[in-house]
Amino acid sequence: MSDEIRLIEVKEDILADNTQIAKQLQENLRKEKTFLLNLMASPGAGKTSLVIQTIRNLKEKLRIGVMEADIDSMVDAEKVAKEGVAAIQIRTGGFCHMDATMVKSGLNAMDTDTLDLVILENVGNLVCPAEFETGAIKNAMILSVPEGDDKPLKYPLMFSVCHVLVINKTDFLELSDFDVEKCRERVLKINPDIRIFEVSCRTGEGIDKWVQWLYEEVKVL
Amino acid sequence: MHELPVINSILKVVLKHAVDNNVNKVIAVHLQVGELSDLEDKWMQQYFDHLAKGGIAEGARLKIERTPVVMKCSDCGDAYIADIKQDKALVCPECGSKKNSLISGREYFVKNLEAI
Repeated sequence: MSDEIRLIEVKEDILADNTQIAKQLQENLRKEKTFLLNLMASPGAGKTSLVIQTIRNLKEKLRIGVMEADIDSMVDAEKVAKEGVAAIQIRTGGFCHMDATMVKSGLNAMDTDTLDLVILENVGNLVCPAEFETGAIKNAMILSVPEGDDKPLKYPLMFSVCHVLVINKTDFLELSDFDVEKCRERVLKINPDIRIFEVSCRTGEGIDKWVQWLYEEVKVL
Repeated sequence: MHELPVINSILKVVLKHAVDNNVNKVIAVHLQVGELSDLEDKWMQQYFDHLAKGGIAEGARLKIERTPVVMKCSDCGDAYIADIKQDKALVCPECGSKKNSLISGREYFVKNLEAI
């Protein structure tokens, strides 16, 4: 055997497997007419609060299920189940994001053909979930006012992969330096097609517009 | 934070091609990583060393090339390299439009292997 160094061409995208599974999953969801929303945000931005507000506003019109992904604990699924919708908790066991295979097994555990909308509450961080496609029909993210308007500069990938940005905790605006216009500019720079909603899950302000958008998206699937 | 699954996928691709080509030992792996990735070279290498232990890719060096963020103008179709870390608007150098979509910059691509 020769000891000569050989150059072996590979030319392979390492996320290709996950992307392929995600595409297949998305295709199946479209056939079943189940709208999967991948909701991403930092810990504490208000993911569970937005999920609960969304359920309260849409549960009479849509059959909703929720998939809660967390590194550990069941608290989110318990909170959501109290709202009277199907909820499952996925413990990622240290994984910082959900990938398409994990989402697929989560969906298998739910009766998705009886559901119009499944909300995937991804693991709380602005880094890893952006890298892995989940099969969702739309990606949404929350940025809350206390986190600051500079986050689009720090986590550009997350802001570039989302179809919707929900700016939450607008009731904190008067206590903070958060500049909504500056934030919009920074986000639109890397993602000109993104839809932006300003809401306060606590007071309910602005929730109607978000819910209306989501409802229409589910209906046209 | 997600070094482990990313590096694990890289290693899987490396080992698959190494086995297909009857390789005894992988010396180096040439990677192209998009500038939108936040993984640091040093940590990628450390995770790789850990995961590759005991196999034919043990000790292989990662040669990491960063590939730029490329945007495509939605108005004139021109593709241009974007400096997204600067806090100013992205403007198409061809037509001045601010509408664009991302073509590349988020990839992890295994280009080739050096092996014996």
